[in-house]
Amino acid sequence: MNAAQDNLRIERKFFGLRPGLEELQEEFAAALRRFGYDEAAAFAIRLAIEEAVVNAHRHGNKGDAAKCVHFRSSISPKQIDIEVIDEGAGFDPGAVPDPTREENLDIPSGRGVMLMHAYMTDVEYIAPGNHLRMSYLKRA
Amino acid sequence: MPVSLLQIRRVEGAIRVDFVEKNILDEGNLHQIEQEIRTAIDAEKHPRVLICFKNVEHMSSAALGTLLALKDSIEKKGGELRLSSIDRRIYEMFVITKLNRLFSIHESVEQAAASFTTK
Repeated sequence: MNAAQDNLRIERKFFGLRPGLEELQEEFAAALRRFGYDEAAAFAIRLAIEEAVVNAHRHGNKGDAAKCVHFRSSISPKQIDIEVIDEGAGFDPGAVPDPTREENLDIPSGRGVMLMHAYMTDVEYIAPGNHLRMSYLKRA
Repeated sequence: MPVSLLQIRRVEGAIRVDFVEKNILDEGNLHQIEQEIRTAIDAEKHPRVLICFKNVEHMSSAALGTLLALKDSIEKKGGELRLSSIDRRIYEMFVITKLNRLFSIHESVEQAAASFTTK
């Protein structure tokens, strides 16, 4: 792989979710194979992208197809960086109830954010909370 | 009428559900899946439902929420829900969210079918 191929950037703007999100996922999966990521990585990243973009559209933009979800990513042989930015007012990730607490197990919210934290190496929401930045480091 | 995303049939007194799609993600699809299963549940007094995940490769947190809603409806009717044949990576999602504690999950459809307590 020469220097020009060491880093691939994929960028999208979503005003609705489908079928654009599936097309992005297919392009991403092909890129991950090309950069030598294994199936566990592909599963993790597909899930994180799904949760991030759906959350941004549904919760951030309140499902408004006139508003944009901006997806930016960089794929290299060792690391994947993803940013998802919506046009909403943001939220306090610390205020999301822990979905694994016994009293919260059967409520619907918080699980998407939790799964992103579990599967990605690093996840952070930049204030006011409408800008998600996450990364995945390839395992040695 | 949209094309069904599920195969639903009766097996030994239980409602057996198999997925046609390998990705259980999209909210529109999830709504349709939920409605198809609810229609089957509504026809039963004490529904015994076995959902087989053999064909499923990807799921989302929205799908977990749909399963929780179905479980609640089935149990309110005095019925039982069993899940089976879940890919190990998807099962990990249940473990991370601790939903493996709430659902009755079995390795095979045979084991799931044998675990129903009501007849």
